[in-house]
Amino acid sequence: MNSLLQTPLYALHLEHNGRMVPFAGYTMPLHYAPGIIAEHRHVRSHAGLFDVSHMGQIRLHARSGCVDDAARALESLVPADILSLKPWRQRYTQLTNATGGILDDLMVIRESNSLLLIVNAACKASDLAHLRTHLDTICEVQPLEDYALLALQGPKSEEVLAPLAPAVQDMIFMDVRPLTLNGVPCTVSRSGYTGEDGFEISLPAIHAESLARLLLAHPHVWLIGLGARDSLRLEGGFCLYGTDIDQTTSPIEADLEWSIQKSRRQGGVRAGGFLGAEHILAQLTQLENDSQLEITRRRVGLRPEGRAPVRHNAPLYADSTLQTSLGVITSGGFSPTLNAPIAMGYVPPSHATIGTEVFTELRGRTIACTVSALPFVPTNFRRSRSV
Amino acid sequence: MTVYYTTEHEWLRLEGEEAVVGITQHAAEALGELVFVEIRPHETTLEAGESAAVAESVKAASDIYAPVDGILIDHNAELADNPSQVNTDPEGKGWIFRLRLTNKDQLSNLMDATAYQAFLHTL
Repeated sequence: MNSLLQTPLYALHLEHNGRMVPFAGYTMPLHYAPGIIAEHRHVRSHAGLFDVSHMGQIRLHARSGCVDDAARALESLVPADILSLKPWRQRYTQLTNATGGILDDLMVIRESNSLLLIVNAACKASDLAHLRTHLDTICEVQPLEDYALLALQGPKSEEVLAPLAPAVQDMIFMDVRPLTLNGVPCTVSRSGYTGEDGFEISLPAIHAESLARLLLAHPHVWLIGLGARDSLRLEGGFCLYGTDIDQTTSPIEADLEWSIQKSRRQGGVRAGGFLGAEHILAQLTQLENDSQLEITRRRVGLRPEGRAPVRHNAPLYADSTLQTSLGVITSGGFSPTLNAPIAMGYVPPSHATIGTEVFTELRGRTIACTVSALPFVPTNFRRSRSV
Repeated sequence: MTVYYTTEHEWLRLEGEEAVVGITQHAAEALGELVFVEIRPHETTLEAGESAAVAESVKAASDIYAPVDGILIDHNAELADNPSQVNTDPEGKGWIFRLRLTNKDQLSNLMDATAYQAFLHTL
Protein backbone atom coordinates (compact mmCIF):
# COMPACT_ATOMS: atom_id res chain seq x y z
CA MET A 1 0.00 0.00 0.00
CA ASN A 2 2.85 2.42 0.78
CA SER A 3 4.05 2.08 -2.82
CA LEU A 4 0.92 3.81 -4.15
CA LEU A 5 1.62 6.93 -6.18
CA GLN A 6 0.06 10.28 -5.42
CA THR A 7 -1.17 12.86 -7.91
CA PRO A 8 -0.23 16.55 -7.56
CA LEU A 9 -3.66 17.11 -5.94
CA TYR A 10 -3.20 14.55 -3.15
CA ALA A 11 -3.16 17.19 -0.38
CA LEU A 12 -6.30 18.80 -1.84
CA HIS A 13 -8.11 15.43 -1.82
CA LEU A 14 -7.26 14.93 1.86
CA GLU A 15 -8.26 18.48 2.71
CA HIS A 16 -11.67 17.79 1.12
CA ASN A 17 -12.00 14.53 3.09
CA GLY A 18 -11.69 12.41 -0.04
CA ARG A 19 -12.15 8.70 0.65
CA MET A 20 -8.89 7.50 -0.85
CA VAL A 21 -8.70 4.11 -2.55
CA PRO A 22 -6.05 2.37 -4.65
CA PHE A 23 -6.64 2.72 -8.38
CA ALA A 24 -4.18 1.80 -11.15
CA GLY A 25 -1.23 2.15 -8.76
CA TYR A 26 -2.37 5.53 -7.42
CA THR A 27 -4.21 6.52 -4.29
CA MET A 28 -7.28 8.28 -5.67
CA PRO A 29 -10.48 9.79 -4.23
CA LEU A 30 -13.51 7.47 -4.60
CA HIS A 31 -15.77 10.26 -3.35
CA TYR A 32 -15.85 13.26 -1.04
CA ALA A 33 -18.30 14.28 1.69
CA PRO A 34 -21.40 14.61 -0.56
CA GLY A 35 -21.12 10.97 -1.74
CA ILE A 36 -21.23 9.37 -5.19
CA ILE A 37 -24.89 10.03 -6.02
CA ALA A 38 -24.85 13.69 -5.00
CA GLU A 39 -21.56 14.23 -6.86
CA HIS A 40 -22.97 12.50 -9.94
CA ARG A 41 -26.06 14.72 -9.93
CA HIS A 42 -23.97 17.85 -9.41
CA VAL A 43 -21.99 17.13 -12.58
CA ARG A 44 -25.22 16.62 -14.55
CA SER A 45 -26.71 19.90 -13.26
CA HIS A 46 -23.72 22.18 -12.55
CA ALA A 47 -20.00 21.42 -12.85
CA GLY A 48 -17.51 19.05 -11.28
CA LEU A 49 -13.73 19.02 -11.12
CA PHE A 50 -12.02 15.63 -11.48
CA ASP A 51 -8.36 14.94 -10.84
CA VAL A 52 -7.36 12.60 -13.67
CA SER A 53 -3.64 13.22 -13.30
CA HIS A 54 -3.06 9.48 -12.99
CA MET A 55 -3.74 9.21 -16.72
CA GLY A 56 -0.76 9.10 -19.07
CA GLN A 57 0.22 11.97 -21.32
CA ILE A 58 2.64 11.06 -24.10
CA ARG A 59 3.94 13.43 -26.77
CA LEU A 60 5.11 12.23 -30.19
CA HIS A 61 7.61 14.40 -32.07
CA ALA A 62 8.57 13.30 -35.58
CA ARG A 63 12.35 13.11 -35.87
CA SER A 64 11.93 14.73 -39.30
CA GLY A 65 10.29 17.72 -37.63
CA CYS A 66 7.16 17.17 -39.74
CA VAL A 67 4.10 16.30 -37.65
CA ASP A 68 2.54 14.47 -40.61
CA ASP A 69 5.33 11.89 -40.30
CA ALA A 70 4.33 11.28 -36.67
CA ALA A 71 0.67 11.03 -37.75
CA ARG A 72 1.49 8.48 -40.48
CA ALA A 73 3.59 6.48 -38.02
CA LEU A 74 0.85 6.44 -35.36
CA GLU A 75 -1.60 5.20 -37.99
CA SER A 76 0.40 1.94 -38.02
CA LEU A 77 -0.84 1.34 -34.44
CA VAL A 78 -4.39 2.77 -34.42
CA PRO A 79 -7.39 2.36 -36.75
CA ALA A 80 -8.33 6.07 -36.75
CA ASP A 81 -7.42 8.65 -39.39
CA ILE A 82 -4.69 10.70 -37.69
CA LEU A 83 -3.15 12.26 -40.81
CA SER A 84 -6.25 14.29 -41.65
CA LEU A 85 -6.83 15.33 -38.04
CA LYS A 86 -6.69 19.13 -38.19
CA PRO A 87 -4.31 21.09 -35.95
CA TRP A 88 -5.79 21.59 -32.46
CA ARG A 89 -8.43 18.91 -32.87
CA GLN A 90 -8.54 15.56 -31.05
CA ARG A 91 -9.92 12.15 -31.86
CA TYR A 92 -10.76 8.98 -29.90
CA THR A 93 -9.06 5.76 -31.00
CA GLN A 94 -7.51 2.49 -29.78
CA LEU A 95 -4.05 0.95 -29.78
CA THR A 96 -4.66 -2.48 -31.31
CA ASN A 97 -2.69 -5.72 -31.22
CA ALA A 98 -1.90 -8.18 -34.02
CA THR A 99 -5.04 -10.24 -33.34
CA GLY A 100 -7.32 -7.19 -33.46
CA GLY A 101 -7.68 -6.79 -29.70
CA ILE A 102 -7.42 -3.49 -27.86
CA LEU A 103 -4.21 -2.67 -25.93
CA ASP A 104 -5.64 0.64 -24.72
CA ASP A 105 -8.11 3.31 -25.76
CA LEU A 106 -6.90 6.87 -25.98
CA MET A 107 -7.35 10.43 -27.21
CA VAL A 108 -4.99 11.77 -29.86
CA ILE A 109 -4.53 15.55 -30.00
CA ARG A 110 -2.87 17.17 -32.97
CA GLU A 111 -0.80 20.10 -31.72
CA SER A 112 0.95 22.51 -34.09
CA ASN A 113 4.12 20.43 -34.32
CA SER A 114 3.45 17.21 -32.39
CA LEU A 115 0.82 14.70 -31.31
CA LEU A 116 -0.31 14.44 -27.69
CA LEU A 117 -1.77 11.11 -26.54
CA ILE A 118 -3.94 10.81 -23.41
CA VAL A 119 -3.89 7.17 -22.26
CA ASN A 120 -5.25 5.11 -19.37
CA ALA A 121 -3.31 5.08 -16.11
CA ALA A 122 -3.13 1.30 -15.88
CA CYS A 123 -1.74 1.05 -19.43
CA LYS A 124 0.68 3.95 -19.60
CA ALA A 125 3.89 1.96 -19.03
CA SER A 126 2.94 -0.73 -21.57
CA ASP A 127 1.69 1.91 -24.04
CA LEU A 128 5.00 3.72 -23.78
CA ALA A 129 6.95 0.53 -24.45
CA HIS A 130 4.64 -0.35 -27.36
CA LEU A 131 4.97 3.11 -28.92
CA ARG A 132 8.76 3.07 -28.55
CA THR A 133 9.05 -0.42 -30.03
CA HIS A 134 7.09 0.48 -33.14
CA LEU A 135 7.69 4.21 -33.64
CA ASP A 136 11.20 4.84 -32.31
CA THR A 137 12.85 5.25 -35.71
CA ILE A 138 10.32 7.89 -36.78
CA CYS A 139 9.23 9.56 -33.55
CA GLU A 140 10.65 10.72 -30.29
CA VAL A 141 8.21 9.26 -27.72
CA GLN A 142 8.14 11.55 -24.70
CA PRO A 143 6.07 10.83 -21.58
CA LEU A 144 5.01 14.02 -19.80
CA GLU A 145 6.07 12.96 -16.31
CA ASP A 146 5.51 16.15 -14.38
CA TYR A 147 2.11 17.04 -15.78
CA ALA A 148 -1.33 17.02 -14.24
CA LEU A 149 -4.70 16.54 -15.95
CA LEU A 150 -7.87 18.15 -14.62
CA ALA A 151 -11.34 17.56 -16.04
CA LEU A 152 -14.02 20.20 -15.56
CA GLN A 153 -17.32 18.59 -16.55
CA GLY A 154 -20.94 19.68 -16.55
CA PRO A 155 -23.30 22.19 -18.18
CA LYS A 156 -21.80 25.11 -16.21
CA SER A 157 -18.21 24.32 -17.27
CA GLU A 158 -17.96 27.08 -19.87
CA GLU A 159 -19.42 29.63 -17.47
CA VAL A 160 -16.74 28.63 -14.93
CA LEU A 161 -13.79 28.60 -17.31
CA ALA A 162 -14.61 31.59 -19.57
CA PRO A 163 -13.60 34.28 -17.02
CA LEU A 164 -10.12 32.69 -16.95
CA ALA A 165 -9.85 32.32 -20.73
CA PRO A 166 -12.64 33.83 -22.86
CA ALA A 167 -11.36 31.83 -25.88
CA VAL A 168 -12.97 28.67 -24.48
CA GLN A 169 -16.33 30.07 -25.63
CA ASP A 170 -15.19 29.61 -29.25
CA MET A 171 -14.30 25.94 -28.77
CA ILE A 172 -16.59 23.08 -29.77
CA PHE A 173 -16.51 19.40 -28.80
CA MET A 174 -13.06 17.89 -29.47
CA ASP A 175 -11.43 21.28 -30.12
CA VAL A 176 -8.10 21.84 -28.38
CA ARG A 177 -6.36 25.15 -27.62
CA PRO A 178 -3.10 26.18 -25.98
CA LEU A 179 -4.40 28.67 -23.41
CA THR A 180 -3.00 30.53 -20.43
CA LEU A 181 -5.05 29.85 -17.30
CA ASN A 182 -4.14 31.53 -14.02
CA GLY A 183 -0.86 32.65 -15.62
CA VAL A 184 0.11 29.10 -16.59
CA PRO A 185 0.35 27.71 -20.15
CA CYS A 186 -2.18 24.86 -20.44
CA THR A 187 -3.49 22.58 -23.17
CA VAL A 188 -7.28 22.73 -22.98
CA SER A 189 -9.60 20.37 -24.86
CA ARG A 190 -13.39 20.54 -24.96
CA SER A 191 -14.03 16.91 -24.11
CA GLY A 192 -14.44 14.48 -21.25
CA TYR A 193 -15.83 11.13 -20.22
CA THR A 194 -19.09 12.04 -18.53
CA GLY A 195 -21.34 12.73 -21.54
CA GLU A 196 -21.58 16.36 -20.43
CA ASP A 197 -20.04 19.43 -21.99
CA GLY A 198 -16.71 20.15 -20.38
CA PHE A 199 -12.98 20.61 -20.62
CA GLU A 200 -9.83 18.67 -19.92
CA ILE A 201 -6.83 20.74 -18.88
CA SER A 202 -3.25 19.52 -19.12
CA LEU A 203 -0.73 21.61 -17.20
CA PRO A 204 2.59 21.36 -15.32
CA ALA A 205 2.06 19.47 -12.05
CA ILE A 206 3.45 22.27 -9.87
CA HIS A 207 0.64 24.59 -11.00
CA ALA A 208 -2.22 22.08 -10.76
CA GLU A 209 -3.24 22.72 -7.16
CA SER A 210 -3.53 26.48 -7.52
CA LEU A 211 -5.64 26.14 -10.69
CA ALA A 212 -7.81 23.51 -8.99
CA ARG A 213 -8.35 25.84 -6.02
CA LEU A 214 -9.23 28.70 -8.33
CA LEU A 215 -11.83 26.57 -10.15
CA LEU A 216 -13.22 25.25 -6.86
CA ALA A 217 -13.69 28.82 -5.63
CA HIS A 218 -16.55 29.09 -8.15
CA PRO A 219 -19.84 28.28 -6.38
CA HIS A 220 -20.93 25.91 -9.20
CA VAL A 221 -17.88 23.65 -8.89
CA TRP A 222 -17.52 20.61 -6.62
CA LEU A 223 -14.63 18.18 -6.46
CA ILE A 224 -15.84 14.83 -7.86
CA GLY A 225 -14.37 11.38 -7.15
CA LEU A 226 -13.80 8.28 -9.25
CA GLY A 227 -17.09 6.72 -8.08
CA ALA A 228 -19.18 9.35 -9.85
CA ARG A 229 -16.75 9.31 -12.78
CA ASP A 230 -17.63 5.63 -13.21
CA SER A 231 -21.42 6.08 -12.89
CA LEU A 232 -21.33 9.08 -15.25
CA ARG A 233 -19.33 7.26 -17.92
CA LEU A 234 -21.63 4.23 -17.65
CA GLU A 235 -24.70 6.45 -18.20
CA GLY A 236 -22.81 7.87 -21.18
CA GLY A 237 -22.21 4.37 -22.56
CA PHE A 238 -18.42 4.82 -22.55
CA CYS A 239 -16.05 1.87 -22.24
CA LEU A 240 -13.78 1.43 -19.25
CA TYR A 241 -10.52 -0.16 -20.38
CA GLY A 242 -9.81 -3.45 -18.60
CA THR A 243 -13.51 -3.89 -17.86
CA ASP A 244 -15.52 -3.38 -21.05
CA ILE A 245 -12.63 -3.68 -23.50
CA ASP A 246 -9.30 -5.47 -23.33
CA GLN A 247 -6.74 -7.34 -25.42
CA THR A 248 -9.36 -9.94 -26.40
CA THR A 249 -12.09 -7.54 -27.61
CA SER A 250 -11.94 -5.95 -31.06
CA PRO A 251 -13.14 -2.39 -31.69
CA ILE A 252 -15.97 -3.86 -33.78
CA GLU A 253 -17.10 -6.24 -31.04
CA ALA A 254 -16.94 -3.26 -28.68
CA ASP A 255 -19.31 -1.22 -30.92
CA LEU A 256 -16.54 1.33 -31.54
CA GLU A 257 -16.64 1.20 -35.37
CA TRP A 258 -17.70 4.86 -35.43
CA SER A 259 -14.11 5.65 -34.39
CA ILE A 260 -12.70 4.14 -37.63
CA GLN A 261 -12.90 6.78 -40.36
CA LYS A 262 -13.61 5.92 -44.03
CA SER A 263 -9.99 6.54 -45.07
CA ARG A 264 -8.84 3.60 -42.93
CA ARG A 265 -11.63 1.18 -43.93
CA GLN A 266 -11.55 -1.20 -46.87
CA GLY A 267 -11.50 0.89 -50.05
CA GLY A 268 -10.22 3.95 -48.16
CA VAL A 269 -7.18 5.99 -49.22
CA ARG A 270 -5.09 4.55 -46.36
CA ALA A 271 -7.07 1.38 -45.68
CA GLY A 272 -5.68 -0.90 -42.98
CA GLY A 273 -1.99 -0.77 -42.20
CA PHE A 274 -2.49 -0.98 -38.41
CA LEU A 275 -1.90 -3.97 -36.14
CA GLY A 276 -4.76 -6.44 -36.43
CA ALA A 277 -6.25 -4.59 -39.43
CA GLU A 278 -7.08 -7.78 -41.33
CA HIS A 279 -9.26 -9.02 -38.44
CA ILE A 280 -10.82 -5.68 -37.63
CA LEU A 281 -11.56 -4.63 -41.21
CA ALA A 282 -12.95 -8.08 -42.06
CA GLN A 283 -15.36 -7.71 -39.14
CA LEU A 284 -16.20 -4.17 -40.20
CA THR A 285 -16.95 -5.22 -43.79
CA GLN A 286 -19.18 -8.01 -42.49
CA LEU A 287 -20.96 -5.56 -40.24
CA GLU A 288 -21.55 -3.20 -43.18
CA ASN A 289 -22.84 -6.12 -45.31
CA ASP A 290 -24.95 -7.43 -42.42
CA SER A 291 -23.27 -10.86 -42.67
CA GLN A 292 -21.71 -11.05 -39.23
CA LEU A 293 -20.02 -14.42 -39.68
CA GLU A 294 -16.83 -13.69 -37.75
CA ILE A 295 -18.41 -11.39 -35.20
CA THR A 296 -19.30 -13.58 -32.25
CA ARG A 297 -20.29 -10.83 -29.84
CA ARG A 298 -21.23 -7.16 -29.60
CA ARG A 299 -21.20 -4.74 -26.71
CA VAL A 300 -24.74 -3.61 -25.84
CA GLY A 301 -26.52 -1.52 -23.25
CA LEU A 302 -28.73 -3.41 -20.79
CA ARG A 303 -31.60 -2.29 -18.55
CA PRO A 304 -32.13 -4.88 -15.78
CA GLU A 305 -35.66 -5.14 -14.36
CA GLY A 306 -36.26 -4.02 -10.78
CA ARG A 307 -33.87 -1.92 -8.69
CA ALA A 308 -31.01 -4.30 -7.90
CA PRO A 309 -27.78 -3.41 -9.72
CA VAL A 310 -26.19 -6.28 -11.65
CA ARG A 311 -22.41 -6.06 -11.69
CA HIS A 312 -19.28 -6.80 -13.68
CA ASN A 313 -18.89 -10.50 -14.54
CA ALA A 314 -22.55 -11.46 -14.08
CA PRO A 315 -23.40 -14.09 -16.75
CA LEU A 316 -25.95 -13.45 -19.49
CA TYR A 317 -28.36 -16.10 -20.81
CA ALA A 318 -30.85 -16.34 -23.68
CA ASP A 319 -33.57 -17.93 -21.56
CA SER A 320 -35.12 -17.36 -18.15
CA THR A 321 -34.12 -20.86 -17.05
CA LEU A 322 -30.47 -19.82 -17.46
CA GLN A 323 -29.58 -22.74 -19.75
CA THR A 324 -28.21 -21.07 -22.89
CA SER A 325 -25.19 -18.91 -22.13
CA LEU A 326 -24.80 -15.73 -24.21
CA GLY A 327 -21.98 -13.76 -22.64
CA VAL A 328 -21.22 -11.60 -19.67
CA ILE A 329 -21.98 -8.21 -18.13
CA THR A 330 -18.82 -6.09 -18.21
CA SER A 331 -20.02 -2.96 -16.38
CA GLY A 332 -23.04 -2.68 -14.15
CA GLY A 333 -24.28 -0.23 -11.60
CA PHE A 334 -27.04 2.13 -10.64
CA SER A 335 -27.96 5.18 -12.71
CA PRO A 336 -28.75 8.15 -10.45
CA THR A 337 -30.28 9.96 -13.46
CA LEU A 338 -32.66 7.12 -14.41
CA ASN A 339 -33.04 5.95 -10.78
CA ALA A 340 -32.60 2.40 -12.07
CA PRO A 341 -29.88 -0.17 -12.64
CA ILE A 342 -27.96 0.01 -15.94
CA ALA A 343 -25.28 -2.24 -17.43
CA MET A 344 -23.22 -3.02 -20.50
CA GLY A 345 -22.20 -6.45 -21.67
CA TYR A 346 -21.44 -8.69 -24.62
CA VAL A 347 -24.00 -10.84 -26.45
CA PRO A 348 -23.97 -12.54 -29.88
CA PRO A 349 -25.21 -10.37 -32.79
CA SER A 350 -28.40 -12.49 -32.78
CA HIS A 351 -29.28 -10.98 -29.38
CA ALA A 352 -27.84 -7.48 -29.87
CA THR A 353 -30.95 -5.84 -31.36
CA ILE A 354 -32.47 -3.13 -29.16
CA GLY A 355 -35.47 -4.49 -27.29
CA THR A 356 -34.20 -8.07 -27.06
CA GLU A 357 -34.78 -9.64 -23.65
CA VAL A 358 -31.84 -11.50 -22.10
CA PHE A 359 -31.39 -12.83 -18.56
CA THR A 360 -28.87 -12.77 -15.76
CA GLU A 361 -28.66 -14.33 -12.33
CA LEU A 362 -28.37 -12.39 -9.11
CA ARG A 363 -28.20 -14.17 -5.74
CA GLY A 364 -30.12 -17.14 -7.12
CA ARG A 365 -32.80 -15.08 -8.82
CA THR A 366 -33.33 -14.64 -12.57
CA ILE A 367 -33.29 -11.00 -13.66
CA ALA A 368 -34.55 -10.03 -17.13
CA CYS A 369 -32.48 -7.37 -18.93
CA THR A 370 -33.60 -5.47 -22.03
CA VAL A 371 -31.00 -4.64 -24.66
CA SER A 372 -31.07 -0.84 -24.80
CA ALA A 373 -29.62 1.97 -26.88
CA LEU A 374 -26.45 3.67 -25.68
CA PRO A 375 -25.98 6.18 -24.22
CA PHE A 376 -28.48 5.64 -21.42
CA VAL A 377 -28.53 9.39 -20.77
CA PRO A 378 -28.34 11.75 -23.79
CA THR A 379 -24.97 13.43 -24.23
CA ASN A 380 -24.77 17.17 -23.85
CA PHE A 381 -21.73 18.04 -25.96
CA ARG A 382 -21.21 21.44 -27.56
CA ARG A 383 -21.26 20.29 -31.17
CA SER A 384 -21.62 23.57 -33.05
CA ARG A 385 -20.17 27.02 -32.75
CA SER A 386 -23.54 28.78 -32.94
CA VAL A 387 -24.93 29.12 -29.45
CA MET B 1 -33.98 -1.10 25.82
CA THR B 2 -30.85 -3.12 25.17
CA VAL B 3 -28.85 -2.58 22.00
CA TYR B 4 -26.00 -4.87 20.96
CA TYR B 5 -23.37 -4.42 18.25
CA THR B 6 -21.29 -6.75 16.07
CA THR B 7 -17.79 -6.45 14.62
CA GLU B 8 -19.52 -6.51 11.19
CA HIS B 9 -21.23 -3.21 12.14
CA GLU B 10 -24.74 -4.47 12.66
CA TRP B 11 -26.84 -3.36 15.63
CA LEU B 12 -29.48 -5.50 17.33
CA ARG B 13 -32.21 -4.08 19.58
CA LEU B 14 -33.67 -6.70 21.90
CA GLU B 15 -37.49 -6.68 22.24
CA GLY B 16 -38.40 -9.66 24.42
CA GLU B 17 -37.88 -12.84 22.40
CA GLU B 18 -37.44 -10.82 19.19
CA ALA B 19 -34.89 -8.34 17.94
CA VAL B 20 -34.73 -5.57 15.34
CA VAL B 21 -31.52 -5.49 13.29
CA GLY B 22 -29.88 -2.79 11.19
CA ILE B 23 -26.46 -1.41 10.32
CA THR B 24 -24.54 1.18 12.30
CA GLN B 25 -23.87 4.79 11.38
CA HIS B 26 -20.27 3.77 10.70
CA ALA B 27 -21.37 1.08 8.22
CA ALA B 28 -23.90 3.38 6.55
CA GLU B 29 -21.21 6.01 5.99
CA ALA B 30 -18.73 3.45 4.68
CA LEU B 31 -21.24 1.99 2.19
CA GLY B 32 -22.43 5.33 0.86
CA GLU B 33 -25.97 6.04 -0.26
CA LEU B 34 -27.89 2.79 -0.71
CA VAL B 35 -29.88 2.23 -3.90
CA PHE B 36 -31.34 -1.18 -3.09
CA VAL B 37 -31.72 -3.46 -0.10
CA GLU B 38 -32.58 -7.13 -0.66
CA ILE B 39 -33.79 -9.01 2.41
CA ARG B 40 -34.24 -12.78 2.65
CA PRO B 41 -37.81 -14.09 2.83
CA HIS B 42 -39.84 -14.28 6.03
CA GLU B 43 -39.47 -17.56 7.96
CA THR B 44 -35.87 -17.98 6.76
CA THR B 45 -33.88 -19.69 9.50
CA LEU B 46 -30.56 -17.93 9.98
CA GLU B 47 -27.44 -18.84 11.88
CA ALA B 48 -25.28 -16.17 13.47
CA GLY B 49 -22.99 -14.79 10.78
CA GLU B 50 -25.21 -15.89 7.90
CA SER B 51 -26.19 -13.31 5.28
CA ALA B 52 -29.69 -11.99 6.00
CA ALA B 53 -29.75 -9.11 3.52
CA VAL B 54 -27.66 -7.40 0.87
CA ALA B 55 -27.18 -3.63 0.76
CA GLU B 56 -26.36 -2.25 -2.68
CA SER B 57 -24.72 1.14 -3.06
CA VAL B 58 -23.80 2.68 -6.43
CA LYS B 59 -20.39 1.12 -6.11
CA ALA B 60 -20.81 -2.29 -4.49
CA ALA B 61 -22.96 -4.92 -2.80
CA SER B 62 -22.42 -5.70 0.89
CA ASP B 63 -23.87 -8.49 3.01
CA ILE B 64 -25.73 -7.77 6.22
CA TYR B 65 -25.40 -10.70 8.63
CA ALA B 66 -27.63 -12.16 11.30
CA PRO B 67 -25.91 -11.18 14.59
CA VAL B 68 -27.28 -14.29 16.33
CA ASP B 69 -29.32 -17.38 15.40
CA GLY B 70 -32.96 -16.69 14.62
CA ILE B 71 -35.87 -16.76 12.21
CA LEU B 72 -36.44 -13.74 9.99
CA ILE B 73 -40.04 -12.73 10.72
CA ASP B 74 -40.35 -9.20 9.29
CA HIS B 75 -38.52 -6.67 7.16
CA ASN B 76 -38.60 -2.90 6.68
CA ALA B 77 -40.95 -2.57 3.67
CA GLU B 78 -40.24 1.17 3.36
CA LEU B 79 -36.72 0.40 2.12
CA ALA B 80 -38.09 -0.88 -1.20
CA ASP B 81 -38.96 2.67 -2.27
CA ASN B 82 -36.55 4.53 -0.05
CA PRO B 83 -33.38 2.53 0.62
CA SER B 84 -31.44 5.67 1.53
CA GLN B 85 -33.44 5.74 4.79
CA VAL B 86 -30.66 3.44 5.99
CA ASN B 87 -28.20 6.30 5.44
CA THR B 88 -30.31 9.07 6.94
CA ASP B 89 -31.46 7.16 10.05
CA PRO B 90 -29.49 3.90 10.29
CA GLU B 91 -30.46 3.07 13.88
CA GLY B 92 -34.10 4.21 13.59
CA LYS B 93 -36.24 4.33 10.43
CA GLY B 94 -33.44 2.56 8.58
CA TRP B 95 -33.91 -0.74 10.46
CA ILE B 96 -33.64 -3.72 8.12
CA PHE B 97 -35.19 -6.92 9.52
CA ARG B 98 -36.71 -8.50 12.63
CA LEU B 99 -35.57 -11.83 14.07
CA ARG B 100 -37.25 -14.27 16.43
CA LEU B 101 -34.27 -15.36 18.50
CA THR B 102 -33.55 -19.06 18.84
CA ASN B 103 -30.41 -18.86 20.96
CA LYS B 104 -30.42 -15.86 23.28
CA ASP B 105 -27.21 -17.04 24.96
CA GLN B 106 -25.35 -15.79 21.88
CA LEU B 107 -26.14 -12.19 22.86
CA SER B 108 -23.26 -12.40 25.32
CA ASN B 109 -20.91 -12.65 22.30
CA LEU B 110 -21.97 -9.18 21.10
CA MET B 111 -20.71 -5.76 22.17
CA ASP B 112 -22.56 -3.00 24.02
CA ALA B 113 -22.44 0.59 22.77
CA THR B 114 -19.33 1.45 24.78
CA ALA B 115 -17.43 -1.60 23.59
CA TYR B 116 -18.49 -0.93 19.98
CA GLN B 117 -17.23 2.66 20.17
CA ALA B 118 -13.93 1.37 21.54
CA PHE B 119 -13.84 -1.20 18.71
CA LEU B 120 -14.32 1.56 16.10
CA HIS B 121 -11.27 3.34 17.49
CA THR B 122 -9.16 0.25 16.81
CA LEU B 123 -10.02 0.26 13.07
